[in-house]
Amino acid sequence: MSEPTVADTRRLNSKPQDLTDAYGPPSNFLEIDVYDPQTIGVGRNRFTTYEVRMRTNLPIFKLKESCVRRRYSDFEWLKNELERDSKIVVPPLPGKALKRQLPFRGDEGIFEESFIEERRVGLEQFINRIAGHPLAQNERCLHMFLQEESTDRNYIPGKVRQ
Amino acid sequence: MSFFGFGQSADLDIVLSDGETRKKAEHKTEDGKKDRYFLFFDGETVSGKVNVTLKNPGKRLEHYGIKIEFVGQIELYYDRGNHHEFVSLVKDLARPGELSNSQSFDFEFAHVEKPYESYTGQNVKLRYFLRATISRRLNDITKEMEIVVHTLCTYPELNSSIKMEVGIEDCLHIEFEYNKSKYHMKDVIVGKIYFLLVRIKIKHMEIDIIKRETTGTGPSVYHENDTIAKYEIMDGAPVRGESIPIRLFLAGYELTPTMRDVNKKFSVRYYLNLVLIDEEERRYFKQQEITLWRKGDIVRKSMSQQAAIASQRFEGSSTPSASAQAKDDSN
Repeated sequence: MSEPTVADTRRLNSKPQDLTDAYGPPSNFLEIDVYDPQTIGVGRNRFTTYEVRMRTNLPIFKLKESCVRRRYSDFEWLKNELERDSKIVVPPLPGKALKRQLPFRGDEGIFEESFIEERRVGLEQFINRIAGHPLAQNERCLHMFLQEESTDRNYIPGKVRQ
Repeated sequence: MSFFGFGQSADLDIVLSDGETRKKAEHKTEDGKKDRYFLFFDGETVSGKVNVTLKNPGKRLEHYGIKIEFVGQIELYYDRGNHHEFVSLVKDLARPGELSNSQSFDFEFAHVEKPYESYTGQNVKLRYFLRATISRRLNDITKEMEIVVHTLCTYPELNSSIKMEVGIEDCLHIEFEYNKSKYHMKDVIVGKIYFLLVRIKIKHMEIDIIKRETTGTGPSVYHENDTIAKYEIMDGAPVRGESIPIRLFLAGYELTPTMRDVNKKFSVRYYLNLVLIDEEERRYFKQQEITLWRKGDIVRKSMSQQAAIASQRFEGSSTPSASAQAKDDSN
């Protein structure tokens, strides 16, 4: 005798949002810049370093702002540490460019400006991808890479939180 | 004998007695096509006629018996040879002998039990059919007529909501809520996601409906997952304290009722999968089972029809004056 019932699709009740939460700074602020490439040394002992600056409000990082200089092999070290110790799939680094290190090239090889810029972009993408990963944030090696003066290759690997 | 076109053969045809009035329902075949079949429910009688039409008029058809069967069976695709019949009824229509003319045979399977719903899946099929057979020495003549069975339910007495807090410690805490745990197939999922802690950069959030078909038992259990629906519920980065509403209409999707351990052979279960995707395409998800059931269609009888039925309930009151009175009352 009754009309087919129409489902009640009204929204469920929810708590009103606190205005400081709504308009305050978000809790997920994390920005890492890789910039200012500098080539140090002479002749065959040259290498390029990059400034890695991190700004964050994530409580897991001891420093809310940090600035360190790193070279490509430091990034490689970090990638290897993470691949060994954590269960995550580590994103790729920009290429090693071994060909560019061979002699008798017409250009500056790995010190070519365009190449350094390409590499800088790739390193920035890599570090931002990895630093935002909840599991990578547990690894000592990541914190050391981002926030300590130098990466101690003799460190004791471990977790930052349980 | 029917070598080289000699001898006699016949065409078999099954016609239901309520073929004109009975509703048909759409059902998917194994190769994905949709066909319409007569719809039956548990307990309904299956009756009709088997028409035997002789192909060569004048010649006699020798046979070892004519029968009709009503079969409900489960077929596992990886084990095609073995059909598991859970309903098997036979009616003999003719004893071994001869047919000199085309003939019709009536049959009735009264109040047949049809305990399960018809289902065509990825690895298993459950079907009901009528099969007429003329047994002969060398080769039988058979004709099958497939029917579709739906299992109906009424609103469950207990239908609690699903509410849970989940997350990754110190990274992401959410509370999700769905208004029911049992939904009928044309229902609406109403819910919400409340963010308690957001320390990752979320890009968007979606809710998926996943169908899991499980076949086999013990060590050889096989799950086939199929994402039936993907429905984005949030685009952008939420912060703490935000509530995201969910309203997902089920009628638009190809669903079946939840089937648990049908004849101990297979299950079909449904899950809501809440998926959050962050800026780096990392996926965070929480799966939750829901129960789907089939609601019967409400038939709205006309007022006069209802009045007539109502008046018939009372002893000796099925008089025209009484039904006219009832009509007036209901106006």
